[in-house]
Amino acid sequence: MSSIDIHIANKTFNADGRQHCAIADLQIKIEPNQFVCLVGPSGCGKTTLLNIIAGLDSQFQGQIALTEQARQPQIGYVFQNPRLLPWHTVRENIELVFEHTPPAQLIDSLLAEMQLADVQDVYPQRLSLGMQRRVSIIRAFAINPDILLMDEPFVSLDAPTARQIRNSLQNLWLQRPHTVLFVTHDLREAIALADRLVFLSASPMQVVGDIAVTIDRQQRNDAEQIEQFRQHLLQHFPAINSLL
Amino acid sequence: MFSRFLRHPQTLAALSLLLLVALWQLAATLLHSNTLPTPIKVATVLWQAIASGELPYHLGATLLRLISSFTIAMVLGCGIGVLLGRHKTLDAFFDNWLVIFLNVPALVTIILCYVWFGLIEWAAILAVVINKLPNVIVTIREGTRTLNQDLLEMAQSYRFSRRKTFVHVIWPQLHPFVMAATRSGLALIWKIILVVELLGRSNGMGYQLHLFFQLFDVASLLAYTVAFVAVIQLIEVLILKPLDKKAQRWRR
Repeated sequence: MSSIDIHIANKTFNADGRQHCAIADLQIKIEPNQFVCLVGPSGCGKTTLLNIIAGLDSQFQGQIALTEQARQPQIGYVFQNPRLLPWHTVRENIELVFEHTPPAQLIDSLLAEMQLADVQDVYPQRLSLGMQRRVSIIRAFAINPDILLMDEPFVSLDAPTARQIRNSLQNLWLQRPHTVLFVTHDLREAIALADRLVFLSASPMQVVGDIAVTIDRQQRNDAEQIEQFRQHLLQHFPAINSLL
Repeated sequence: MFSRFLRHPQTLAALSLLLLVALWQLAATLLHSNTLPTPIKVATVLWQAIASGELPYHLGATLLRLISSFTIAMVLGCGIGVLLGRHKTLDAFFDNWLVIFLNVPALVTIILCYVWFGLIEWAAILAVVINKLPNVIVTIREGTRTLNQDLLEMAQSYRFSRRKTFVHVIWPQLHPFVMAATRSGLALIWKIILVVELLGRSNGMGYQLHLFFQLFDVASLLAYTVAFVAVIQLIEVLILKPLDKKAQRWRR
């Protein structure tokens, strides 16, 4: 459990010798155990933001405060592409993120939840993209992270597969809540998963909307409820239209 | 049925080898000269050289030099190659050195080593290492440049230790390059070692070949060559191939 205080004054890229401003004066405060979806057009700098939070990118002005008592918070990162080590089996890929002995029972139950128990000794390249994505989600979940970063983990999956993984993700999160930052440009997906939606503009990235999702967690599987909420959003916040 | 028999790769290899020996036998019979002994004569000489212990002794001396110089060159080359591949400034600074050392003729390094350090064992090894090292560095540097940034980021975000990152993320990606450096390295080193031995050692294959040249003993020369080629083939089949297979098992 960890809160995240994001303040990025300035983040620039060097593109073809010219300075390109990706993020300017961005402030977001995320409460502990909140499931936050970041919604914005592609190329607006969402991945850059996640990389900064994960500590992979330190070339920016501002600061990221992760509050966690007495230790550095554990971060689980589900990248847009699965980023599994191809020379290790599914199970080895999951076990590898543990510093000490990996918890066999936990891994077993996660593999079962994601329906991957049969393929745990298979090398990733023999699996479909959807299965590889699920492995990378298990890898992030298994360490019981304080913060879970997810970068469009369901993009380019067919709808039934995406729905299935989304349900599994929700189940896992309900069993073990933690702070989640979930990047997507699919508004329905965001409504189905999040406590809170943060809408981001094209670069330089800024917050243009910050809306709580009020649908009860039990009713998130109901497509009609999601659609109603989406219509309501689009009516009341027309600015969102231009971002999707 | 015969064509199916031919399709077996091992039978094919055996047949081609047999053909080579037959051609050799034919040529030797036709020429009937001391400069081209028959395969049977060479086999007899080979057997005698093994039985007398002379061939194992000299072959052993050469192999020992091969192993020590190869190990030193590979370890140093991998370390420096990774370093240069990861640090652009270092690479830009030392690139000229590499180009120079790559282009100094092997014979020059050998002579210089002997002139500067004397006709001693470690000067011989040093000469071989200096000849091989730049090749290893260049190959491993190329490998390091192609390291997958995505996987390195994954390792960083999951806080892999340096050791874990090297063993599980970097090394498997470098493996094909290390194998390439190994193969080309063995081929290069054993050719250089013979020259090193010929110029300044009193044992080893190179020394013996020089002796046979002076005695015009072509049968012994060919017998030693056969033994040497057989040993190199054994290294390929027994060590390199299994290593390759093990490292490739995850590929589709």
